[in-house]
Amino acid sequence: MTATTPLRHGVDEQYLELIGAGDEWGATDLVLTLWENGADPEQLLLGLIAPAQVRVGELWAANEWSVAREHGATATSERAIAALVARAAPRPTLGRITVACTDGEWHALPPRLLGEVLRLRGWRVDFLGANVPGPHLVTHLHQTGPDVVALSCALPTRLPRAHATLTACQAVGVPVLAGGRGFGADGRHARLLGADGWAATATDAADILDSGWNPPARAPHDDLAHLADEEYTQLVRQRHGIISGVLDRLRDAYPPMRAYDARQADATAEDVTHIVDFLAAALYVDDATVFTDFLTWTAAVLAARGVPASALTVCLDLLSTDLRDFPRAGELLKSGLAELATGISPGQDITRPER
Amino acid sequence: MTGIRNVSTPPPTHLLHAVLDATAEAVLLCDDQGTILLANAAAHRLLPGLLTIREITDDPDSFDRELHGRPLRGRRQPVDDAHDVWTVHDCTDETARLAAIAEERERTAFLVEASRRLSASLHRGRCVRTTVELAAAHLADAAVVVLPPARHRVEWVRAVTGSRFETGVMKERDAESVPGLSEALAGFPPVPSRWLDQTQVPASLLPAGFGEIGALLVTPLPGNGVPAGALILARRAPGAFAESEELQARIFAARAGGAISAAVLYQDQVETTAILQADLLPPDLPHIDGLELAGAYRPAKDAARIGGDFYDAYPRTPSLSPSGTDAETMVVLGDVVGKGPKAAVLAGKVRQTLRALRLLEGRPEPLLRVLNQALMDPRDRTRFVTMVLASMVRDGDGWRVTAASGGHPPPLILRARGGVEAVPARGTLIGVTGPIRVETATVRLGPGDLLLLYSDGLFEARGGVGGRDAYGEDRLADSLASCRDMPAAAVVERLEQLVSDWINGAGHDDIAMLAVRVPPRISENGYHPASFRRAR
Repeated sequence: MTATTPLRHGVDEQYLELIGAGDEWGATDLVLTLWENGADPEQLLLGLIAPAQVRVGELWAANEWSVAREHGATATSERAIAALVARAAPRPTLGRITVACTDGEWHALPPRLLGEVLRLRGWRVDFLGANVPGPHLVTHLHQTGPDVVALSCALPTRLPRAHATLTACQAVGVPVLAGGRGFGADGRHARLLGADGWAATATDAADILDSGWNPPARAPHDDLAHLADEEYTQLVRQRHGIISGVLDRLRDAYPPMRAYDARQADATAEDVTHIVDFLAAALYVDDATVFTDFLTWTAAVLAARGVPASALTVCLDLLSTDLRDFPRAGELLKSGLAELATGISPGQDITRPER
Repeated sequence: MTGIRNVSTPPPTHLLHAVLDATAEAVLLCDDQGTILLANAAAHRLLPGLLTIREITDDPDSFDRELHGRPLRGRRQPVDDAHDVWTVHDCTDETARLAAIAEERERTAFLVEASRRLSASLHRGRCVRTTVELAAAHLADAAVVVLPPARHRVEWVRAVTGSRFETGVMKERDAESVPGLSEALAGFPPVPSRWLDQTQVPASLLPAGFGEIGALLVTPLPGNGVPAGALILARRAPGAFAESEELQARIFAARAGGAISAAVLYQDQVETTAILQADLLPPDLPHIDGLELAGAYRPAKDAARIGGDFYDAYPRTPSLSPSGTDAETMVVLGDVVGKGPKAAVLAGKVRQTLRALRLLEGRPEPLLRVLNQALMDPRDRTRFVTMVLASMVRDGDGWRVTAASGGHPPPLILRARGGVEAVPARGTLIGVTGPIRVETATVRLGPGDLLLLYSDGLFEARGGVGGRDAYGEDRLADSLASCRDMPAAAVVERLEQLVSDWINGAGHDDIAMLAVRVPPRISENGYHPASFRRAR
């Protein structure tokens, strides 16, 4: 990365305030003014806008900002990013790179930032956006023949679909550079699923690509021997029944639920769905922390909204009964319950935007 | 049972010698010190001048080693306490056979790998790159693919073993100076390498540090009727390519050429499709002063990107009609019967027809009636469409909206102060019957209000807890209500996300949304989002 002028003190608060108000013009104006005064555009993307977006996620998790404000802020940042890169990006001289989110993955801003950083560095970038269906991505690869696909996955629950996408890209001869929290903080899920490479940050990814990264063509492989027990397959097949079953019995097991209105009931259904989906993801990559990290985070988010952690414990107990014949899932639920039993202290870190 | 009889009296010594000499294996009789006491003819031939077996092995029992250019295998057989017999086998033939088999196996493995990798992509650039990478890794020190000339220039792609691939362009004239290249590009049979003079190769063909070319092979890449290009293989070691290597290069070139020309065919068709498809994709929304517009489109078939839902927005346009009224700002969203390309073509026609008709008739209700007439086709009763049309006129700090529906779900309004209302516009399908019923509704959008047009794919999407529950109109209204204060783009994206999570990867109908929002006057923090860029 090029040497940069540090940003003026207080600029980050100013930017956060502007996007929080949905002030598209103000935010764009601020970013462009900084650029015109000599700030490095990559630094503006990764040192100003990206951290502000992390703060947005935290403010939502802490129940300080509404969903609407969170989305408004993100949309505002996107406009500012577009305005900056439209002015600052050079003519592409390097190769071509496709940047995409996994199917079902909506966290488009981090890969978007990567795409724009690459554009600033002279790559030709096709950013396909959020929620890219596998067939659409593969068609795009046939049509444009990029050097690399940068594939983003923010949620571990999208890993099975990310795996399918990864394999499809490699099958048409294009190497995949994986990124995003879903692949694990150290990229271990990316390795497990056979990605050709992994980068922790946009800067790392751009540096890897700049270094002339050209991984050898991968032969098909299979490191997912643990799936042979079919627990993942069965859980996904029975997903709807399991979720409905838990919800039905939750009313008896957790009395406050009887007073829920339709919206609260929907939110609870969503929470139970997430628990089952994260459990499935943990089975898929055979990693208990995928499940326990999610539970810790959810407990904190619920606590911020006045829902006690016991609601989660009850769900896990109900699931344990349902999944008696699933030894691996049973172990995961046990470690989840143990994790919740350690208690959520006040001021618990709820900063990870993992949902 | 017959068999070899034991002979009671041993034959004379000269006969025993003759027997030993007749065997192809070397036979040596040694004493316990390894000194050779007796050797047959083969032993004299394979191991001339040998006095003791210790000269060639320290191992008391066996050896495998090369001697006088021959791979030899020796084994000891004890005879009595003081004597051993060593037999020594000449493995030259076996070794050569094994080497040939290994080579053949490697060649087959290479061609299997090459086929797998070459058939993976339908992109010409990718196929060419794979070709040079494979060739530089397995066939030569450097490989260059030269593509057929276009406008007196030829593109080339090359790879040198162990380094990155490169691309470039040279003049057709320079390409002609490469021995055998013009012929190969014209699809002639490969010129045997021994006829090629590598000193004629232009320096630019290989990278600067490559060094002198020892051997060169130029092979055409056969294509569909016309060659897909030519493959040049270069080696540093002097001497021609062996016949078997030439054959392998030719087989490889045939597969590479096939892959490249299939990709060319695919790219041609993609280009044609892209041109035809351009008008069927959701349009880039125009910039309309005083409105925020955002659309979302998710066709039922993921790979096609086109379907039977459509939306469009038309800014106010000066009048073309004799009556002199301007064509007001208008937004439309509709749903053609069916899915996929066939539906998309009809949707495209409807959009084009509307684009023209609105210049002559700007009022939504008569416009729908005219459109109905235009779409009626007595030969084809299956062409029908539902849609919502809304014309919008500025009204103080907001907009007055006149909406007309042709059998389409009612648009929703998310008010800036909160709450969701349905716009009571109703009507019958367009394109089926002569007379249609259209009820228009007029509403006002104030600052911060948002109008959402959508197709039924949105609330009919099935999923949820049970997997088969429809998303439903109530849930849609509720989701929209949670989007208060969001920019139009964020609203559309949030709804898309909620529905996608609801569906959870299962199939769905086409889904289209168009959100129109009047920018809010003052946001909660006191900023004016639509204010002009402040002066610096």
